Amino acid sequence: MNAPAPQASITALPETLFAVPGMRCAGCISKIETGLTQVPGIAAARVNFTAKRVVISHLPETTVPEIQRALAKLGFESQPLGDELAGISDESSRELLKAMAVAGFAMMNIMLLSVSVWSGATGGTKDLFHWLSALIALPTVAYSGRPFFRSAWAALKNRRTNMDVPISIGVALTTALSLHETFVSGPHAYFDGVVMLLFFLLTGRWLDSVMRDRARDGVSALLKHKAAGALVLADDGTSSWVNADALKSGMVMLVAAGERLAADGIVTKGRSQFDLSLLTGESAPVQVAPDDSVHAGTLNVDAPVEVKITAAGAATALADIARLMEDAGQSKSRYVRIADRAARYYAPAVHTLALLSFAGWMLAGAGWHQSLLIAVAVLIITCPCALGLAVPAAQIVTAGALMKKGILVKDGSALERLAEVDRALFDKTGTLTLGRPELVDRDRLPASAKPIALALARASRHPLSQALRRALEADGVAAADITDIREIAGQGVEALYGSERIRLERPDARSAGASLAVQFRQGDAPAIVLTFEDGMRPDAQSALHQLRALGIESSIVSGDRAEAVQPVARELSLTAQTAMQPQDKLDTISRLAAAGHKVLMIGDGLNDGPALAAGHASLAPASASDAGQNAADAVFMGDSLAPVAIAVRAARATQRIVRQNFVLAIGYNVIAVPMAIMGMVTPLIAALAMSGSSIIVVANALRLKGAAK
Amino acid sequence: MTGILILIPIALGLGLLGLGAFFWSLRSGQFDDLDGAALRILIDDEGPDDD
Repeated sequence: MNAPAPQASITALPETLFAVPGMRCAGCISKIETGLTQVPGIAAARVNFTAKRVVISHLPETTVPEIQRALAKLGFESQPLGDELAGISDESSRELLKAMAVAGFAMMNIMLLSVSVWSGATGGTKDLFHWLSALIALPTVAYSGRPFFRSAWAALKNRRTNMDVPISIGVALTTALSLHETFVSGPHAYFDGVVMLLFFLLTGRWLDSVMRDRARDGVSALLKHKAAGALVLADDGTSSWVNADALKSGMVMLVAAGERLAADGIVTKGRSQFDLSLLTGESAPVQVAPDDSVHAGTLNVDAPVEVKITAAGAATALADIARLMEDAGQSKSRYVRIADRAARYYAPAVHTLALLSFAGWMLAGAGWHQSLLIAVAVLIITCPCALGLAVPAAQIVTAGALMKKGILVKDGSALERLAEVDRALFDKTGTLTLGRPELVDRDRLPASAKPIALALARASRHPLSQALRRALEADGVAAADITDIREIAGQGVEALYGSERIRLERPDARSAGASLAVQFRQGDAPAIVLTFEDGMRPDAQSALHQLRALGIESSIVSGDRAEAVQPVARELSLTAQTAMQPQDKLDTISRLAAAGHKVLMIGDGLNDGPALAAGHASLAPASASDAGQNAADAVFMGDSLAPVAIAVRAARATQRIVRQNFVLAIGYNVIAVPMAIMGMVTPLIAALAMSGSSIIVVANALRLKGAAK
Repeated sequence: MTGILILIPIALGLGLLGLGAFFWSLRSGQFDDLDGAALRILIDDEGPDDD
């Protein structure tokens, strides 16, 4: 009937994790799981649909490219995920969920007992119920309170304070006093309040953590891991796949057209064009010939080449960029989240208030027992129950709404920082533009030739062929039947249409005005030259308008030449800085930051990595390099640039709701605290106030469902 | 009073049972792939090779 989850019974075999972003339906799950197990060498496949991953256990001799081919045959693009990604599961969320479940269980049972005490149980029954409550509450506090105690202790050790300090003190004091009350069979025990407080706070923490996990899974599914390895040529002429971390200098890599380099090296054989845009931002491909040096992360566009490795792994030119990125990320890690900023004022205020009420009642002659009881009531009623939920609830609702729009926000602090930006810097290639060639004038090809051209274009992996294919398929052209397809490396593809010879090839020298062009030749008819250019992202104009309306001024920082940037800058009427190195982009950001601006960096390339890490907030398109996606606070899918404005607007809306929630929480305190100080708060009132304010805050946060517009 | 002495342990026991079941389901991976679990019931695995 239904497909049971295959258990991981075959543990002895090696397992490899693949990201398969293309699965969308139940059919895909069964197709992958049953399809793969029929491939020789693969023992079992287990799909995780939520994370868009497949765990494949296979024979040791089955290689990664073989599995990828098997997946491709089933119709799914896949990327192997490294062990470092497989290792970080959702541990912290799971711990929080467990703590929350325990607190929830305890809360319900203690409430059950408390209700009968509130409704008038007296004498032995009341004492029994208090004892039972204590019996449930003590282990619960010890277990579920750990995340708070740990964090508070860490903060205190560094002589700081955070939200967890008042929470921990409140919880510990209240538990101790309630225990004392139970011993002396006093009238009130606050076990229900303590456990309820923990439950609500853990809910907030858990939401926060779930949001981070979801975004991380989404982003890691996008990562291309382009440096996963290379085909290495051995001395005897055979070639074998070598993983990136095992590449050594001196090895010779075979790099096919359409592949990215996994290491730095020198071309030994073959001529081709290399796309350096991820590394430098330069959009036009560069010619390479034997003895030219090429860098990891660049894309071989044209023809297969052999590259002798000069530096691999951490020694590549990428390492410099990685170091820059690490340094640039420091400032971001110093950002203090809004809840912790609130706690800086909140914690001392609460503690002073509790202390003052204790002193006040002592002076009024109430006796230490009564005074302490009131002080604890103040502590528990002011405990930031609503505050603890106010921020995460709002942020996770927004993150969910943004995710539906294809924007993955990595964590709550990213949303907070995104709301504060007042200046935007755009990279050009791949960010303002699509970063891939687009057919300029599709009517140059006569309608009769389109099906033939499509059939030819499908036969090649060359980026221009792919661009032609996309353009024609988008026009609804159906491919013609062609035969004898041959790909001539570095030249093009040729085939027979009926008896006519047809070719899609690099243009003759005389017609090669533009650097991105192919020519289509049918029989003896004159060649038709098709030019391509890196097109502007749709909605770029309107997104920039909207940013301006939000009070955010934009400009371009590009690694490309001035001539290449100028048309884009003019069309969008933006100012631009050109030919910038990664360090220059960093300097621009720090100059703006010194002038008091909060910079939003939007970029995709490896060369933008440091700037993305340094910006107050940063966005990267899903087509970005791994480094870019890792450094950015949020990643947006699709071609449109509209998500930039949407994300900023949603972040600001979230911040508004968070502030409202703070006001609500404080407003509740304004009413509840005087009552507590006057000694009128019983456990019943505390429980009502706590749950009431939490529900109001969550309900307010739910209004953000439509925030991503 | 005696009624309570029987009922309260029952109530707590049932609650603990629920908590235990939740922990068990968490550990056995039932919460690992929520979206996938919703889709898996749609998969028809009465294929030709499955009789």
